[in-house]
Amino acid sequence: MTPLDFVISLGLISVAAGMLGSLVGLGGGVVIVPVLTLLFHVDIRLAIGASIVSVIATSSGAAAAYVREKMTNLRAGMFLEVATTTGAVTGAYLTTLLPTRFLFLLFGVVLAYSAVATFQRRRAAAPLSVSSDRIANVLELHGEYFDEAEQKEISYKVTGTKLGLFMMYVAGLVSALLGIGSGALKVPAMDLAMHLPMKVSTATSNFMIGVTAAASAGVYFARGQIDPIISAPVAIGVLIGATVGSKVLGKLKSHVIRLIFVVVLIVISLEMLQKGVF
Amino acid sequence: MRLTRRPPETEEQAKVMNEKIRMTEITISLVLRIGVALSVAIFIVGLVVMFAHHPAYAKLSGSLSFHSLTSPSSQFPHSFSGLWNSLAKGQGRGIIVLGTMVLIITPVLRVAVAIVSFSIEKDPAMTIVTIYVFAVLILSFFLAGA
Repeated sequence: MTPLDFVISLGLISVAAGMLGSLVGLGGGVVIVPVLTLLFHVDIRLAIGASIVSVIATSSGAAAAYVREKMTNLRAGMFLEVATTTGAVTGAYLTTLLPTRFLFLLFGVVLAYSAVATFQRRRAAAPLSVSSDRIANVLELHGEYFDEAEQKEISYKVTGTKLGLFMMYVAGLVSALLGIGSGALKVPAMDLAMHLPMKVSTATSNFMIGVTAAASAGVYFARGQIDPIISAPVAIGVLIGATVGSKVLGKLKSHVIRLIFVVVLIVISLEMLQKGVF
Repeated sequence: MRLTRRPPETEEQAKVMNEKIRMTEITISLVLRIGVALSVAIFIVGLVVMFAHHPAYAKLSGSLSFHSLTSPSSQFPHSFSGLWNSLAKGQGRGIIVLGTMVLIITPVLRVAVAIVSFSIEKDPAMTIVTIYVFAVLILSFFLAGA
């Protein structure tokens, strides 16, 4: 395979990764890392660097549309970034202290549990109409959005901000430690702990993952993990895919998004467990 | 001192508030759009320059494998001085790394814009929140020591 073949095929695969990522609020690393390592036999360190690029591209590409359409909860997203960026910076300096295999096993189990819990919440879909959460009330984190599939305005209240913050801190840590899985913990934090509607959770996760990834991107760049011949096709492809995907989210039913997310979560969980065991 | 946004008292104030919030959303969306468009343009120029300099790369079939460019020993800029050197030589890989920089900076700029927007909305709590996030991001780049 010549460099041109590589750039073209990786670019096309990245379009699919961007579409999927923009729908479920993940960075597309779930597609990019295995494709690069298993299909193209690229070094895992470079694949993780490409995953960081893919996360930022998905985030900026999709969030441009989601913010404008009010699908993103801007205030909640910015507030929770306090925890994710702090986690990302601490994580970058814990890498050498903690055994990676143990971390993969641990988060494999955590994500498997999140997948089950997210699936079980499919029936409790009605958003909250009152909240006694002090932080959410003081900072006015509640919101509303227009659901294209339901053809109505949906307003919702936010709760569980403390648990949400804790889960977001862990999400930032994981993103920096393992280079993958940051969005995989953000969506459950908002969906399960804070009771945001599913589409708002994925759109807000999408908005946040770019900032989390940017907080660890400097380290990856300095370590020489961001290879231009990989990052160019990944970024271009993902940006195209995310722009297309962001037009689709509104039209899909919430339970469809939830199901796609659960399936992706199970795949990431298995990938992590496999890395932990072997 | 009042930490939260003062609730609007009249309908007129509520309208002005909503317009400010809408402005914030549109500005943030615009920053992201510009960052995305600019980085894609730079990536495309970088790829074109790289393939133009290395005609052997640009063949659809042949013996040259991309693995020579994606091995841990591959040469590409991963520091600011390396990036300037590469750009000065007009290398495609340097241009692509520049595009990656624009892509990485975009979310950081979006946070900076939010600081301004929240202070215009007279919302001290959210302004502090965004200043903190911005500071951590800047710190992360210094800690990386690129």
